[in-house]
Amino acid sequence: MNQQAIETRSVVVEREFAFPPEKLWRALTQPHLIEEWLMKNDFKPNVGHHFNLRGDWGGVLDCEVLAIEPNKTLSYTWNFAHDDAAYNLTSVVTFTLTATGTGTHLRMEQSGFRADQPKAFGGAKFGWQKFLENLDQLLARND
Amino acid sequence: MPNAHDMLFRTLADPTRRAIFERLCREGEQTVAALTARSGVSQPAVSKHLGLLKRAKLVRDRHEGRQTHYSAQLNALAPLIDWTSQMTGFWQSRFDQLEDLLKRMDQ
Repeated sequence: MNQQAIETRSVVVEREFAFPPEKLWRALTQPHLIEEWLMKNDFKPNVGHHFNLRGDWGGVLDCEVLAIEPNKTLSYTWNFAHDDAAYNLTSVVTFTLTATGTGTHLRMEQSGFRADQPKAFGGAKFGWQKFLENLDQLLARND
Repeated sequence: MPNAHDMLFRTLADPTRRAIFERLCREGEQTVAALTARSGVSQPAVSKHLGLLKRAKLVRDRHEGRQTHYSAQLNALAPLIDWTSQMTGFWQSRFDQLEDLLKRMDQ
């Protein structure tokens, strides 16, 4: 849509949680807790550790821990290999935790999508549902 | 492309029309009568909405005897489905789950 679109794009989602960074850190780095809010996994908090995130839709993401700074930063690859290149996804997810007076600001940045990757990662099955949820928002933005 | 966008947005901007479209997405092909039964508007109104959805290529009709069956055409949304907004929705819902988890966790 945008002729100027370059090779990669990123998604940023931020939220403030009324809990200390240490607590968020546990939720981000302990496998049984990660499973509760994200996906089934065999994560270990070691740089270079390879692990998988297994989605409810049957997809398996290939991940590698890139950076860890306890209670502050966690970064890992978020790759999805598919026979059809249109579904391939290579990206990096980085969580940044910042203590605030009342809790923790969590910033998630996922970068590395190619602009020509509309079908990646679950495609319609996964994205469609979210799209419906976001439809009102999209419509409002178009006014 | 901007015209295709405009038409999609205009077509989906109406709440009743959007509800009909979303139902076809969720529940699959349906007849006008079935759509009318739960839409809260008259059959002519539903038919009019379906006509506009069809013009925007959001639905397809199939005639069978005296009945017309409508089904959603998700491909028509392709220009709108921006990968980044899909992923943003994904993370926002995961953050909701994270928040629920944090409330349940021990200190």
